[in-house]
Order: sequence, then C-alpha cells, then structure tokens
Amino acid sequence: MSNSLGAPVRLCWVIVALLTGHAAFAANSEAGFKASYAAADAAEKQAGLLRNQWLVTEAALTEARKAAEKNDFDQAVAAAKEAEALAKASIYQATSEKAAWKNLEIR
Amino acid sequence: MRVHRWLPHFVGRAGRRLSVRLLSISLAALLLAVAHTAVAADGVDPAKDARAFQDYFFKKFPGVKPDDFANGPYALNEDMRRQWEEKEQFPPYEFSLEAGKELFAKPFANGKHYADCFADQGIGIRQDYPQFDTKSGKVITLELALNRCREANGEKAISYTGDDMAALTAYMAFTSRGKPLNIKIPDDPRALEAYEDGKRYFYTRRGQLNFSCATCHVQNPGERLRAEVLAPALGILNAMPIYRSEWGGMGTTSRRFITCNSQVRGVPLEPQSDEYRDLEYFLSYVSNGLPISGPGSRP
Amino acid sequence: MASSIRVRAIANGDTTDVQTLIQHPMDSGFIKNDKGEFIPAHFIQELTFEHNGRTVFVADWGTAVSKDPYVKFAFKGATKGDDLKVSWIDNKGQTDTATFKIQ
Repeated sequence: MSNSLGAPVRLCWVIVALLTGHAAFAANSEAGFKASYAAADAAEKQAGLLRNQWLVTEAALTEARKAAEKNDFDQAVAAAKEAEALAKASIYQATSEKAAWKNLEIR
Repeated sequence: MRVHRWLPHFVGRAGRRLSVRLLSISLAALLLAVAHTAVAADGVDPAKDARAFQDYFFKKFPGVKPDDFANGPYALNEDMRRQWEEKEQFPPYEFSLEAGKELFAKPFANGKHYADCFADQGIGIRQDYPQFDTKSGKVITLELALNRCREANGEKAISYTGDDMAALTAYMAFTSRGKPLNIKIPDDPRALEAYEDGKRYFYTRRGQLNFSCATCHVQNPGERLRAEVLAPALGILNAMPIYRSEWGGMGTTSRRFITCNSQVRGVPLEPQSDEYRDLEYFLSYVSNGLPISGPGSRP
Repeated sequence: MASSIRVRAIANGDTTDVQTLIQHPMDSGFIKNDKGEFIPAHFIQELTFEHNGRTVFVADWGTAVSKDPYVKFAFKGATKGDDLKVSWIDNKGQTDTATFKIQ
C-alpha cells in the first residue's frame, strides 16, 4: 500500500515505534519482525522446556524467517504472530494436561 | 506392641514376647506374599493398574483370546487377519530377520560379541526388556542396551531409527517368540516414578491434533484411522519391531514413537529420551503375561 | 551372495500353490532421498516362472509394485518333486534366477 507522504513519515513512525517499543507501529519493518519473531521463539523455547512443541509452530517460524529473508515483513510478522499463538497453545496444552491426563486413565 | 491384652491370661511374659514376634513375622510374610510389585506410599500401584488395563480390553473385546492382543489389529479385524496369516507363511520381514541374525553374530573389532553383554547369550531374553537399572536409576530398553554394548566394546552407537537396530531387535524378538512379557518394577521409588511418568505420558494429550496415545489405542482400537485399523494398547509392543508396508521395511520402537508423535503434529523427542523409555516401561509392564509376537508385520 | 528369490511351492493334488518373496528395491523413480535428489527408477520389469520348460506365470511389472514384492499364484500340471524355475529381469538389465523343488 503506497503512502503518498512517503518515506519520511514512515521513518518517523519507525523512530517513534523504536522509542516507545510499540510493535504495532513498526509492523512492516525488520525491527518489528525481529520483535515478533523473538516473542514467538521465546514461547516455542518455553514449550520445548515442557517437551511439548508442535510441528506447525516450527513450520510457522520457518515461514517467518523465509519471508523476512525476502524482505516481506508483513508476511514475516504475520507468520511470527501465528507461531507465537501456536506455541502458547502448546504451552497451555502441556500445562492443563498435567492434571487433565487422569481423565483418560484406565482405573 | 500392645497385643498382650487379648492373649489368654495363662500365657506368661515369655509367651507374650514370642507371640509378638510370631505376629510380626507372619505380618511381614503376608506383606511379602502380597507385594510382588512395589507400591509407593502415594498410591502408585502398577499391579492394580495392569489388572485394570487388561480387564478393560478383555471386556471391550470379549471374543478375543487374551494372548491374541499381541497381534494388534489382526485380533480385531477378520479380513486383515486372513491376509496377515497368509503372509506369515512367507513373511516380508524375512530379509531383515536374516540380516539381524548375521549382525548379532558378527564380532566387534575387539573380538567380543553382543552375546557377551546379555544374559543367556542374548537369546530368548527380549521379554525381560525394558528393565530398570538401579545403578543409573533409569529404564534400559533393548535398543539402549544394544548401543551400550557397542560403546562398552569400543564401537560407535548405531541409529535407533535405522535398519541395523531394527534388524538386531527383530532377531532378538524372534528368539523370544511365544515367551510372556516379564517386566519387573523393583522396590525402588525411582522405578515407580519411571513407571508413573510413562503412564502419564501415555494418557497426556499432545500435538496440534490434541491426541494422547490413549485417544487412539484405548478409546478407538479396532476403528479405522484413514485406511488403517487402530491397534489396542494392550500388547502393542509385543510385536515390536515391526515390518511396516508403509515403511517398506523393519522399524524400531523408537521409530514408531517418533512417527506417532509427528502424526499428531507434535515435535518428536530424541530417540530413547527419558519420556520414550518410561513410556515403553509402562506399556510393556501393563501387558505382562502376553506373548512376544515380534518381529511383527503391519500395513 | 544369497539369491534374491525365495519360493515355497506346494503340490495339492493337481494344483500347485506357489508363494514367492523377492528382495528388490523396486524404486519408482519418484521418491527423493535425504539430499532432495530423485532416487533413480530401479524395478523388476519381468518375472517368469517355468515348469518343465513351460512358462506357467509371467508378470509384467512397473513402478506401482512395492519393494520386496510378494507373489502368490496356483497352476496345474505339476507334481511333487518337479522343478520350478524363477527368473526376473529389471530395468537396469540386472537379473536373478533360481530353481526350486515343488513340495
């Protein structure tokens, strides 16, 4: 989507975003991607500690990296956010299953 | 111990002491007689679990002979059974079995053999695995024992998911065909913990598809999952390793655990990781008494 | 090296039941290896069974037959003790042949 006000305005927003740390403003930039990827990666690592990662999370992280390599940061951030959501779901699964497994137990 | 109050009044003090001793001895004997397997203070009772586990499947499939559960889906589907019985006259795993026999007999560089690492020269002992090793405090599976044997004799470990490990375990299983699974849980809290961890793993939902092992193999044995018929969890490891038509070859227990994880879209753990060993320990223990039917063949 | 062909042939009165297991990769040419390269097609093209010089079974195979193929068939006209000759040739020109006694 072209912005008629051009690069200077975008640059201002990036600076604001970096200063305020608000990822939403920097959604289309490499910095934004790095932030959302870091969040996703951290969540996936936590899922790893719980020994409960999902293949789709890994796939989304790979997709995010590949998109970033091609400088498609919109796609990269979208994939990173998806990865974070999936990782968090797997964490939720591992945590709730700590008690819930008993529901399936043959007794 | 205040038992003397209800002893006959004519029994003297010596007699009371003897009675107390006799009572203690008989109580101890009774406890030993009952506790074949250890029971943890917090109520982990593997023997009770195993009885409940087996009863569940016997009730669910009353037409199936108990030993037949070791044949997995063939016990539950007549058509598949007929095809399998025909193929058993000329099984697809023959090549792997022969390769396994050769590999097992081949000496290491230092002149020793696999046979030197196992009881009874490694013949007819598969039904005793997995075992709990009290020295290391961990479960030792047959696959792990084979690689430990290699490393103890200066050889490099081989892949847990490759053809050679499959062939070796196929041969060892074959020498134990018909022997009942005989898994022991020693009176050691770590062994009970390993058993319980394996049990928990079995019933825990995982992967994006949110299935536990139990979802397919306890709740839906005999049902179809795409073109496959699901095996019951009872006896499911008795046929390992298996020649899978899908794989076009023989595959180990490690390989099967890993692919089951991926199939529910969970990232698999490393072969022979603690979770998988504990799982094998639990699943084998609750199938105690069922015969070894390996190496098996499956679709 | 051992033959790739295993045969069990049993005479039941007039009919002989034959089972065969052949060790062969039967690569279709469509599968890739770990490096992402196609594994070249390598499959049995013709499998022949002969009894007393007479061909009793011929299979024309292609890429649809899986690894280590198993064949079962029955034919008439043989008796216990007769020879059954099995041979195959694959797309690379490799061959194997073996002769078995009908039991």
